[in-house]
Amino acid sequence: MRALVVDDSRAIRSIIGKTVKELGFELLEAGNGKEALERLEAAGTVELVLVDWNMPEMNGFDFLVAARQNPAWKDTVIMMVTTETEMAQMQRALDAGANEYVMKPFTKDVLHEKLQLVGLAA
Amino acid sequence: MIGQAEFDFLRALIRERSAIVLEPGKEYLVESRLLPILRGGGFASPVELVARLRREPRGELERRVVEAMTTNETSFFRDHHPFEALRTRFLPDLIAARRPERRLRFWSNACSTGQEAYSLAMLLTEHFPELGAWDVSIFASDLSREMVARTTAGSYGQLEVNRGLPAAFLVKYFERHGTSWQVKAPLRKLVTARELNLVEAWPALPAFDVIFLRNVLIYFDLETKRAILRRARQALRPDGLLLLGSAETTIMVDDGWERLPAGVSVAYRAAAAVRRAGAA
Repeated sequence: MRALVVDDSRAIRSIIGKTVKELGFELLEAGNGKEALERLEAAGTVELVLVDWNMPEMNGFDFLVAARQNPAWKDTVIMMVTTETEMAQMQRALDAGANEYVMKPFTKDVLHEKLQLVGLAA
Repeated sequence: MIGQAEFDFLRALIRERSAIVLEPGKEYLVESRLLPILRGGGFASPVELVARLRREPRGELERRVVEAMTTNETSFFRDHHPFEALRTRFLPDLIAARRPERRLRFWSNACSTGQEAYSLAMLLTEHFPELGAWDVSIFASDLSREMVARTTAGSYGQLEVNRGLPAAFLVKYFERHGTSWQVKAPLRKLVTARELNLVEAWPALPAFDVIFLRNVLIYFDLETKRAILRRARQALRPDGLLLLGSAETTIMVDDGWERLPAGVSVAYRAAAAVRRAGAA
């Protein structure tokens, strides 16, 4: 299974990427929403996208909306991974088609439990 | 560093008060759990703490030490699959059986900060809306007074609501107060939390339809496990269900149960012979 980690901070991509690899995913990375759409186009099947909210060029929410308009990615699990903790923001992301929402900071256990919720981990 | 004499005293104390067995080699665990009490109480060392415990048996300090040694981390929908088994398999049958009386009683044992009780409350509310018109209650119990208070409050920090809780449930069933999230009042009303020590006398309890006894027995010796399972059987309705942790079983401990497997999950029910004997 492949996971795309989208964050403008290389350090955070590396931390999340390490966790994702430990949970058995092959890792792809992108630095913003626009890059993420390009990666998805090029990659074919990606089971999981972990995407930050606040990023330059194209933010995570706009990426989510764009990705959900493409039927090719309807089964791709998209999780927002962000420091945004307002309930209204969460609701907005869920309404736009996010499968889950993880608040930073988080641990490997948190990610594993969220993956269980969406059927990507035992 | 905790000395052998102090470790032995604490081990005996914890075993006597909670029946929890701390094997030699768990010194690090005792140390880390007692650190907040040592600091908060101004004790210079574990030697001083133990000296005070010896002078004041059954005192407030002793209660806090036992609590510190017996509380454990938890998460919402812990292990995920038991809740899926409840939703898809066990609850539909149970609800059908209780439809004439429209009453359900649940018990979340060793409830810690209450995530199991509220996970169940959310699951019932979300997936079984007909129960809104039933008499449903969830009894949550823990050895620790502090955990009972936390369960009653139903208020959680960011790290806690991140763990195992679907974001859609966080948005729907919680309200935010500053840096914490509190379970909304209608769900909190379903849950009643009380102090209860499983190895001491149990108070008068209603007959339960489902008892959660998950990740509790692992801490006890065989005789204590057997005694608790026997009492759990008596506390259940004849067709009621017992849920254990994934590393726990009644097999070789108490043969009065039958296994009901559902995927990777298992529920236990009093064995047919035991049910007949109870009915006779």
